[in-house]
Amino acid sequence: MNKGFSILVIDDEVQIRKLLEISLEANDYKVLFATDGKDGITMAASHQPDLILLDLGLPDEDGQEILVKLREWFQNPIIILTVKSAEEEIVKALDHGANDYLTKPFRTQELLARMRTALRGNTIKNNNEPISIFGAVSVDFVSRTVKVNNENVKLTATEYALLTLLLKNDGRVLTHQYILKEIWGQSYSEQTQYLRVFVAQLRKKLEEDPNRPKYILTESGVGYRFNSG
Amino acid sequence: MKSIIKYKKPKSQYLISVLSVVLVSLLCLFVRDIIEYKVVGYILLVTVSLLAIFLEIKPVLVGAVLSALALDYLFIKPYYTLHIDNAEDAFLLVMFFIIALINAVLTNKFRRMQRAIHIIESRASTMKLYNTLLDSLSHELRTPIAAILGSIDTLQQKSVNLSSETQEKLHSEIEKASMKLNYQVENLLNMSRLESGYIQPKLDWCDVKEIIYNVCNRLTEETKDHKITYYIDDNLPLFKLDYGLMEQIIYNLVYNSAQHTPKGANITIKAEYDVDADYDQHIDLIKKCVIIIADDGYGFPEAEIDRAFDKFYRFKSAKTGGTGLGLSIVKGFVQAQNGTISLKNRDEGGAEFTLEFNVDCLPINSLKNE
Repeated sequence: MNKGFSILVIDDEVQIRKLLEISLEANDYKVLFATDGKDGITMAASHQPDLILLDLGLPDEDGQEILVKLREWFQNPIIILTVKSAEEEIVKALDHGANDYLTKPFRTQELLARMRTALRGNTIKNNNEPISIFGAVSVDFVSRTVKVNNENVKLTATEYALLTLLLKNDGRVLTHQYILKEIWGQSYSEQTQYLRVFVAQLRKKLEEDPNRPKYILTESGVGYRFNSG
Repeated sequence: MKSIIKYKKPKSQYLISVLSVVLVSLLCLFVRDIIEYKVVGYILLVTVSLLAIFLEIKPVLVGAVLSALALDYLFIKPYYTLHIDNAEDAFLLVMFFIIALINAVLTNKFRRMQRAIHIIESRASTMKLYNTLLDSLSHELRTPIAAILGSIDTLQQKSVNLSSETQEKLHSEIEKASMKLNYQVENLLNMSRLESGYIQPKLDWCDVKEIIYNVCNRLTEETKDHKITYYIDDNLPLFKLDYGLMEQIIYNLVYNSAQHTPKGANITIKAEYDVDADYDQHIDLIKKCVIIIADDGYGFPEAEIDRAFDKFYRFKSAKTGGTGLGLSIVKGFVQAQNGTISLKNRDEGGAEFTLEFNVDCLPINSLKNE
C-alpha cells in the first residue's frame, strides 16, 4: 500500500539511519539518505521525495534553518525527529511548516502511523464527506449536528468550531497557538485557559471516558492531536 | 573555629595580635605596683599562647616579639628603657621569648596536621558518595542492558527452538528494559538540568486533572499490579504551572510508589484547592493547589525520612533498585515552581507526599460558556 512513496531521511546518526532503512523498506517505502543539512537540501531538490524525515540536531546547520530553507519550495510533508524535553523546539518547527514530530526514542509503529497520516493529507479536504464518524460519535457537517450513540449532543458554537478544526486535521498535531488563532482569533493566541476548558468540555461530551481520551489527545507542552483511530 | 582561621585576612590577624598584646600590657600597667613583673610575664605568655590557637604563625611571632619588648620596656626595672640591670632578669626575658616562640611554632604545627587530616576525611566522604552513586547508577543502567543483551542472545541462538510464546516474552523483556533505561537516562538529564540551574519554568494555565490522568495512563504498565484511586474535584480551577515539570513530578511520585510498594497496594491521588466562599467574583485571587499522593505500602523508615529527597540517598532497607535521583528531582522541580513538598508516614501505614503551590488560579466556570 505504500509502494512508490519515496522517503528522504536526513539524520547524521548511523544507527537511526540503519533502523529506518530496515523498518521503512520492510513497509515498502523507497528510502533515500542524507547525513547533513546541505546534502539533505540537495537530495530533496534532485529526488523530490514524497516525505522528508528531518532530524533537528544535525552537525552542520541548525535543523530549524534547514526546515525554513526546505519550506521555501518543498511542498510535501516533513516530519521532524527530535530529542525529548524540547517542546519549544517542536512548536517552533511546527510553526516553520513541519507537519508532525516524533521525539527520540520513538516507536516504529508510531512513526509509520504518523507517516501514513502525513502522506494521506487532510482527510476532509480530500474526500469532502458530509459526515464524519469516529467511535460512537458522528458529526454531520451539513446540519451541524453531533450525535453520540445516535443521540443528539448539544455543542456550543465554540465547541463545534473546535471539533471541526480537529476533525479536519485528523492525525495531525495542532499547536496551542494555532488552535487559539483559528477559533478565537489572533489576539487570543496566548490565552491557553480557553483551550484547556473547551478541550475538557468536548472530551466530557464526546469521549467514552473523558479521563482516558481516545480521540482528542494531549501532546504535552505542544498542543492537541485528533485521532479517529 | 576552623572557619575563623581559614577566612580571616592576614592583615587583620596582625592587627588582632598587636592589639591584644598592647591591651593586655596596658591593663597590667595599671596594677604594675601591686604585682611582680614575673606574673606579668606569665600573663603575656598566656596571651601569646591564646593567639597561637587562633592565628597564623607570622602574626603570632610578631605578638611574641612585641610582648617580650613590652615586658622589658614597661615592667622590668628600670622602666621605659630596654636596659636590664641584672643577669637574672635578662635570663628571664630570654626564656620568656623562647617559650613564646616554641608555643607559637608547636601550635601552628599541630593545626596544620589537623587540617591535613580534615582534608583526607572530606576526600574520603566525597569518594564514598561518588562510589554510592556509581554503584546505584551502574546497577540501574546495567541491569536493563543485561536484560536486553540476554534476551537478544537467546533469540539468536540457532540451536534452540523457541516457542512463539517464549519469543514474545523475550521481546517484551527487551521492551521493558529499554523503557527502564530511558527512564533512568531521563532522570539523569533532569538532574543535570537542575544542577546547572538551567530550569526556567514556563508557567501557563494547566488542567491539573488532565495532567494527573495523562501521566497515570502512561504508567498503566508499571502500575498494573496496583490500584489507583483518584479524588479530583470536577471543578478544579486551572493553575499557572509548568506543564512539563508537573508531568515529571507526578510521574516520578507515582512510579516511585509503584516500585516500592507490594503488589496489590493502593495508591491514592488527590487534587484540591483552597475553597473561598465567593471565589467566582475574585478570579484573580491567588489560590493554593494541593496535590496529595499516598500509598498503603511500607512507608519510609522514620529515622531516615528527612533524607528522602536528598540526592543519591537510598534507604538502607531498600530492596528494590533506584538511583536516589527520582525524589530529589521531584523536589527540585517543585521548588522551581515556588512550591513545597512534604513527606510523612500515614498513621494507618504507607507514605504520603503533599505538594502545595501558591499560584494564580482561574475557575473554569467563568470561561465555560463563552
